[in-house]
Parts: sequence; C-alpha cells; structure tokens
Amino acid sequence: MRRILRWLIPAAALPVLVLLAYGFRTDPRAIPSPLLGKPAAAFTLATFEGARVSLEAVRGQIAVVNFWASWCDPACYDEAPALERAWRRYRDAGVAFIGVNIQDKEEPARKFLARFNHTFPNAPDRDGRVMVDYGVYGVPETFFIDRAGRVRAKRVGTVTDEILQQEIERLLAESKP
Amino acid sequence: MRAPAALIAMMAVVALAAVPAACRQVSEDEVHAVAVLLRCVVCQNLSVADSPSETARQMRELVRERLVAGDSREQVLAFFVERYGTWVLLAPPARGFSLLLWVLPFAALALGLVTAVAVARRWARASRVARAPVPEVSDAMRARIRAELERPEAP
Repeated sequence: MRRILRWLIPAAALPVLVLLAYGFRTDPRAIPSPLLGKPAAAFTLATFEGARVSLEAVRGQIAVVNFWASWCDPACYDEAPALERAWRRYRDAGVAFIGVNIQDKEEPARKFLARFNHTFPNAPDRDGRVMVDYGVYGVPETFFIDRAGRVRAKRVGTVTDEILQQEIERLLAESKP
Repeated sequence: MRAPAALIAMMAVVALAAVPAACRQVSEDEVHAVAVLLRCVVCQNLSVADSPSETARQMRELVRERLVAGDSREQVLAFFVERYGTWVLLAPPARGFSLLLWVLPFAALALGLVTAVAVARRWARASRVARAPVPEVSDAMRARIRAELERPEAP
C-alpha cells in the first residue's frame, strides 16, 4: 500500500502539471476563428459618404476587411496609416479594402476618418450584424479574403506594414480562380 | 411578362405559407433564456443577458430576430457558434476535449472519496491494534527478563 502511494501521488500530480502548462502557454484571448477557410459572409453597408459598399462588388479581388472603432486607442490609431499605405500600394493589384466601424458613435468615427484621411471605403455597422457575421469580439480585427471569397486569415490587434504585406502577398501569389 | 407574374404569385403563396412559422411571437423571457447561454463577446465573463454593453444589446436583438424567424434555441446557439466557435457558449459543450471539464471534477471527487474511505479504514485498524490488550506478564517471566538483561554479553 505504502509503495503504491509513493508512486500514486506524483502520478496524480503529473496530469495537473500538464494541464497547467498547457493553460499557461495558451493565450485565453487568442481564440481561433471557426471562419478560416469558409466563405466570407456577404454584406452591404452605406459608407460615411453615403455610397454603397459590399463584399459582392469586389468578388474576384482580394479583400481586406478591417473592423475598427474611434475609441480603440492606440491600437486602431496605430494601424490606420499602415492600412491606408497598403491600400494605396495594392489597389491597382486587385486588392480591395473595406473599413467597418463597429461599436461606435457617428461623430467620433467621422473625426477618426478625417484625421487619417482614409481613401478606401469605410462604413458604420450600426446594428452589429456584420460584426457578428465575422465573429468579431474586439477592435481592431482584420480579415483577409481570397479571390474565391474565402476567409483566409484573421489578425487580432494592430496590423503593421509587414503583416499587411505578408498576408496580401501570400494571397496575390495564388493563381486566379 | 407572364412568367414574372406567375413567379410573383408563386412567391406570394410561399410567403403566405411561411407566415405562421415566420412571425412567431417571442417574449422577453425566451430571448433571455438564450442570451444567458451566450458569452458577451466584448466582455470577458458576462453573458449576453447580463452585459449592459452595446454589443450585447445588438446580440440580444439578433437572438430575438432569429427566434422570431422560427429558429429553435439550439439553432440560435449554433448560429453564434458558427461565427465565434464554442468559446461563445458560457457552458462548454459536453463532448470532445471539453468533455474533460465535465468529467474531471466528478472523477476527482470519486477518487477522493475512495481514498478517504481507504485511509479512514487504515486508521480504524491501526487504532484497534493500539488498543489491543497488553499481554499479561507473569512474575516468573519478569524475573527471567531481568536476569537476561543483567547477564553479561556472551563473547
């Protein structure tokens, strides 16, 4: 009995340690999106300028859909210039950018756009429908959609020039469907 | 022009047929019953029913909308799981890896009980042994023990 106990106690502690090691190594905020590889949800929104913007209209192109809010400081403020730079760099290569403003108020959102002088379409998602369709749980989040309309990558947090370039180039390198 | 008219008529029939199922009355309680099962996605550990955030309000509205459209509670939950993964459910599903979360506490409890009973029985046995009557030592035996102890060690 005593001999069994001597082995049983470390043996019982082992799975607990393994579980703890696993738990502490994984980031509870990094939640994998079940949408990767799946068709991106279609949406049509009215931009702040009153124009229509839809995913359907850019089908066949690579689409970068960025979710942001004006109160998301500094993450959204940090990435805004990079998004505009990437848009200008890749627009002629067949890459569409769509900004979706969520969980926000109209006036500060407009101020945000004026500050960064965004030239790609940005639209408010007033009832949160697009947000939920993309499983967005915070800002900023950026989705990369391939020419076939599938969600291929999701980036949570600030996107940099490097991240945008890497994700876009990867999709551009794929042959056209 | 005839085809579109027929098509419209057909659509009207379909729409009318769908009305009873499509325009269900949904009470606040029904929405609440689903919302308490969903995690508010912008908060860390609040349900969609309990969170005062704008996002939670929008999610409650979506829940209501789907219920009105005739979805069952499971279908509404599936709608959110499709988009957010099982993370969006406040109670992890009792299958796959998450099944461990449901089974382990009970397994640990059972193991603990078995161990406690085993230990308790050992203690009981040990105390019985301790309380066992000390065998009588006769005077003759005492004298012999003393003699043995005093005798010099044999070479």
